[in-house]
Amino acid sequence: MVNLTINGTTHAVDADPDMPLLWAIRDLLNLTGTKYGCGIAACGACTVHLDGQPVRSCQTPVSEASGKAVTTIEGVGGQVAEAVQAAWIKLDVPQCGYCQSGQIMSAIGLLAENRRPTDADIDAAMSGNLCRCATYQRIRGAVKEAAKTLGA
Amino acid sequence: MIRAPSGPSKGTGPSIVNISRRGFLAGAGAGALVLAVGLPRLTSAQEQKAFGVDAMPNGWRDDPRVFVAIAPDGIVTVTCHRQEMGQGVRTSIAMVVADELEADWSKIRVAQAPADEARFGNQDTDGSRSLRHFYMPMRRAGAAARAMLEQAAADRWGVPVAELRARNHAVVHEASGRSLGYGELAAAASALPVPDRDRVRLKDPKDFRYIGTQNVGLVDNWDITTGKAQYGIDTRLDGMLYAVVARPPVYGGKVVRFDAAETMKVPGVVKVVPIDTPTIPSEFAPVGGVAVVARNTWAAMQGRERLKVEWDDGPNAGYSSDSYRAQLEQAARQPAKVVRAQGDVDEAMGRARRRVEAEYYIPHLAQAPMEPPAAVARIVDGRCEAWACTQAPQVTRTRLAEQVGLPEEKVTVHVTLLGGGFGRKSKPDYVLEAGLLSKAMDGAPVKVTWTREDDLHHGYYHTVSVERLEAGLDDDGRAVAWLHRSAAPTIGSIFAPDPKHELPFELGMGLTNTPFDLPNYRAENPEAPAHVRIGWFRSVSNIPHAFAIQSFVAELAHAAGRDHKDYLLELIGPPRLLDPVEIGDVWNYGESPERYRIDTGRLRRVVETAADGIGWGRQVPRGRGLGLAAHYSFLTYVAVAAEVEVASDGGLSVPRVDIAVDCGPQVNPERIRAQMEGAVMMGLGLVSTAEVTFRNGRAQQDNFDSYELTRIDRAPGEIRVHLLPAADPNMPLGGVGEPGVPPVAPAIVNAAFAATGKRIRSLPVRGQLAV
Repeated sequence: MVNLTINGTTHAVDADPDMPLLWAIRDLLNLTGTKYGCGIAACGACTVHLDGQPVRSCQTPVSEASGKAVTTIEGVGGQVAEAVQAAWIKLDVPQCGYCQSGQIMSAIGLLAENRRPTDADIDAAMSGNLCRCATYQRIRGAVKEAAKTLGA
Repeated sequence: MIRAPSGPSKGTGPSIVNISRRGFLAGAGAGALVLAVGLPRLTSAQEQKAFGVDAMPNGWRDDPRVFVAIAPDGIVTVTCHRQEMGQGVRTSIAMVVADELEADWSKIRVAQAPADEARFGNQDTDGSRSLRHFYMPMRRAGAAARAMLEQAAADRWGVPVAELRARNHAVVHEASGRSLGYGELAAAASALPVPDRDRVRLKDPKDFRYIGTQNVGLVDNWDITTGKAQYGIDTRLDGMLYAVVARPPVYGGKVVRFDAAETMKVPGVVKVVPIDTPTIPSEFAPVGGVAVVARNTWAAMQGRERLKVEWDDGPNAGYSSDSYRAQLEQAARQPAKVVRAQGDVDEAMGRARRRVEAEYYIPHLAQAPMEPPAAVARIVDGRCEAWACTQAPQVTRTRLAEQVGLPEEKVTVHVTLLGGGFGRKSKPDYVLEAGLLSKAMDGAPVKVTWTREDDLHHGYYHTVSVERLEAGLDDDGRAVAWLHRSAAPTIGSIFAPDPKHELPFELGMGLTNTPFDLPNYRAENPEAPAHVRIGWFRSVSNIPHAFAIQSFVAELAHAAGRDHKDYLLELIGPPRLLDPVEIGDVWNYGESPERYRIDTGRLRRVVETAADGIGWGRQVPRGRGLGLAAHYSFLTYVAVAAEVEVASDGGLSVPRVDIAVDCGPQVNPERIRAQMEGAVMMGLGLVSTAEVTFRNGRAQQDNFDSYELTRIDRAPGEIRVHLLPAADPNMPLGGVGEPGVPPVAPAIVNAAFAATGKRIRSLPVRGQLAV
């Protein structure tokens, strides 16, 4: 048994300590907002926050997450998250939407640290998140829009 | 070719049913009486000419009782029978219905139809045709529902229906100032006969309030941005098992023997199940292998890693991209099957002042949707249910019924959101795997998940092609003779013994319908046998054809010392309407050649718009260049002008792209922009990194580290989408999802040539621009 604190609730999960957090979240705790895309930390679809920092849950064993606060897309809240989600909707960022949980988790991570990101900051923070529909132009716009909201 | 059309069901007349029983209505309270879900009445598909949607299996339906449900609280549920994969179809179809219904958008909900073409009409979501084919049926469904509501109000008030008007979710009698909301009228309206479609009064397009006008936002936006959206891979049922499959590394390979002793030691692994290798061509059948079924995905993956399998690689074990490319090049250098001919190319070539030739190579590609193939199936009490991210629900249902040995009416396919499709999810092999494994597990629900490696190793790949072009130029540099040989394995090879030639629908994607004003033109198609599963990839054969032709035009302009844009416009020739059949394309995207002429005036206009947008002819800094390309596909005209920068190390970046599109009448302009933005990025990916190579029959790219997709830091600095208004709101619609892609890669490559003088003829560019 491994104790995992997800979105403020602690669960005892029957998982191999090496099991990636991604599969514990999806298969054992039934939180499917966090997505599988590659399993090698190359696409960012599985991004969650570990003690507030964006991490790739497909490369984070549950043993490493135990004792830390895990936040998934279902559990985000607060000023930054709300600004990001509102901007995503306002600019109609999503196409298929599959990668967008991860994109939003990365964007929240960026804006939590840096309220005035430059284009280069945005590209750097978001380049680990692939989007096959290629919504990148709008992702850039939405991060700026959220930053504007937060700065207002 | 693959699906026999089945006859439409006989209607049973209108009836009132409790729709919540059918699980359709999320937004309404239980027990809501609605505009009833009766069986569709006969449609007139068979009495019309077999073009467009009439030629599709199961045609179309426009019965409002099938597509529109109105609850007593006024909430309108539109059933979308087309699959959502990012093109925004759930929003756009609902906009069409809501507009004709004169509904308040805030009261619109969207339900997803399960697989049932007898009920909904054709559901194959491919070929950029959801709105092209269903714009009018959905308008009629919305308008008929509006007429029924108006009639119900007329009956209630005892006034002639002509005195009433539906306006913003209510029927209004202006003379008496009375008004009834749609919710109040729904039950009475549902008891009325559906008006004859020929007498349904459609709105004048100038009165549209949603179609082509406002951005209503995406119906799935909230669910997506909060993580609630459900894709195929997100399906979860009680007692569900999780499976991954070790598939033959070479298409057509077989398991000789396997040892699962170590696999069974992995905690959570329940069973291993061998899967037979199908005969080739295998259409949508699972490719075989050994499945590992477990209590969770991770355990299944761990179990698969410990599986020891000896494979017989079969007949495709010798397939290697290097030697196959040489084979295609050889084939393209010899006379081949003529697929289009005008004038006398050989004679004109002989008297030309000079000849220009070039060969282009476009590799295999993988669709690589972010959500890999995944599906869940269970079999309970002689009924099979599946949940699947599929572009092709009906064929999924039919093949799944065959796979599990049940009649089709005992099989239900629920369609989830698709985390991207791009053609991959038109092929339901992964759903059939789920059905097969559920059956092997005594009907328990089983989810099959493809890992990214599975997706790249066992795909239905975009074809690989060598395109050889030759032109003869006269004294003024004008092209007087044109020869194009296109060699590429065909998608037909998954359905029938390998035809070894491109089929009409592939040739008609930019080869046999190139609308150039050339007196002597010949297209040839050499043999090209297939060694892997070839499948649709967004834009399909337009990608290689447009890349070659639009690169070659720039090469000819350069050879002639002419401006590329002028040269391209001269080749397109004066504005005129071409009959696609007359110039050599019998397919015409399945559409009537009378209804859809090729309009060179529209093609010229997108060229000029894109060129004006980028500032064609302006001076650019050293290391930068402007490039142009245009392509007609899916009945839509698109031109792209790109500005690129090539660094001293050969690195290519794209500061700006202008893309101009004329797709006829626009339903959801905001989503057309989004599709064009995505198309630009996908086209850039074709130039920079996209390639699947094979050695000894095995795909050599494993994951996103070796099959690289474009990332945000390589995205163009700015994409400007220019939407050209339709000349006539009643003209037929063009496609949107695919036509943006083909002209992007040649525009970028042409710009790179302008920047460096280096001509890229082989995709992707990789190190070719380095000094």
